[in-house]
Amino acid sequence: MKVLIPSSLRSYTQHSEAEASGATLAAVLADLDRAYPGIRFRMVDEQSRIRRHIRIFVNGDQVRDLSQPLRATDEVVIVQALSGG
Amino acid sequence: MAHKIRKRTARPQGAASRTRRAPRSQPARRVLVLVATRKGAWLYHGDATRKTWRVDGPHFLGHIISHLVLDPRDGRTLLAAAKTGHLGPTVFRSTDLGRTWKEAARPPAFAPAPAGENGRAVDHTFWLTPGHSAEPNTWYAGTSPQGLFRSEDGGVTWNPFSSINDDPRYRAWMGTVQDGTPDGPKLHSIIVDPRDSRHLYFAMSGGGVHESVDGGRTFTPIVKGLEVVEGFDATNISFHDPHCVRLCPSNPDRLYQQNHCGIYRLDRPSNEWVRIGKNMPKRVGDVGFPLVVHPRDADTAWVFPMDASTVWPRTSPEGIPAVYVTRNGGKTWQRLDSGMPERQGWWTVKRQAMTADAQDPVGLYFGTTSGELWTSRDEGRRWACIARHLPEIYAVEAAELA
Repeated sequence: MKVLIPSSLRSYTQHSEAEASGATLAAVLADLDRAYPGIRFRMVDEQSRIRRHIRIFVNGDQVRDLSQPLRATDEVVIVQALSGG
Repeated sequence: MAHKIRKRTARPQGAASRTRRAPRSQPARRVLVLVATRKGAWLYHGDATRKTWRVDGPHFLGHIISHLVLDPRDGRTLLAAAKTGHLGPTVFRSTDLGRTWKEAARPPAFAPAPAGENGRAVDHTFWLTPGHSAEPNTWYAGTSPQGLFRSEDGGVTWNPFSSINDDPRYRAWMGTVQDGTPDGPKLHSIIVDPRDSRHLYFAMSGGGVHESVDGGRTFTPIVKGLEVVEGFDATNISFHDPHCVRLCPSNPDRLYQQNHCGIYRLDRPSNEWVRIGKNMPKRVGDVGFPLVVHPRDADTAWVFPMDASTVWPRTSPEGIPAVYVTRNGGKTWQRLDSGMPERQGWWTVKRQAMTADAQDPVGLYFGTTSGELWTSRDEGRRWACIARHLPEIYAVEAAELA
């Protein structure tokens, strides 16, 4: 599926869009990390919590649970939320 | 105010006799000053006389760089502890003095907690210490919240080190995020005894100073003689707030410490710290963040005092910045401020933001939170600003290039 990558993570992907697959959000992020090593840990901490200033939307709805099931046709958008100056 | 701080006009005693000595005859080694800031890192390459500096940077513009350290064992590997406002913490590594950087394959991270437990996550790697000279590629890292990590492959992969990260007693001493410094409680001042790779120290803000004699398998608090904030119980390790601990390379049995509650010296095998800051001028006090030791003289150390009155401004007392030096192990202190602002200098220098090189005479370097980088080529007698308008400076390290 198509994953939109925020500017802060394009040092990993080089592009604003990446392709990844998986049956859950966790699996998609793991697949992304295989293609772009290190990218997952910048978004998800070692206790598998989405980091404070990272937001993930699936088809326009915010997802907070990494076990959320996904379909191949879904669109995943990763955005960076406000973090101050 | 009854007593105003007066700028010294006379040359400080002690410093004069030392700096008058002819420099050692040896090939000049160029000094590289590594500046880590809240918005990136800068490298300053000195000329042979340390008079002019070539700036290389920014590296990682926009990244919060807590520490940037050159491996003294190979003179070319740089590690940078990085994160951004949005992204998680990581470590970058360069083996060509910053021309190219590669991210660590496994940055410092706590072990996953058992199901149902709220495990800790590294917010940022705060402190980097190269390992013992006999253990090339070994590094230690201290994090916020407090954790101790080790790499054995030059910083590529990191693992939790020792039992302290999960030890219930140590976890209690670490306290919660509310007990630490404003941007998170920190493990810092990781020290490896140059005589013995199994002899380690570290400190926590808050959480005291700790020592291991078994290669990090076990640690023991070493806080006797240290004071805590009035009204608190000094026997409770979590109330101890060491800001910066340094071991003297010329006498590894001697440590100095800048603490939230004063300046201290420890001479091993004694376990009792002595508050040498009592000998500082009363109107200046003995609170600050950094402490710098001399590379060859264990009686010499420098501090950067700050105002700890009322609400703790943490700025230079009365807005007149100065470094203070002792040349006799803390018995007496002299003010060193020649070249610094004579008024309206409200500086803060963080615990990692002041350092010395190993040249003769010793060069000193400090960076302010207002983004100025200052140096002295004569052990603090005269100071010059070599960079301004940088972001908030978090750490300054001086390395020597062959």
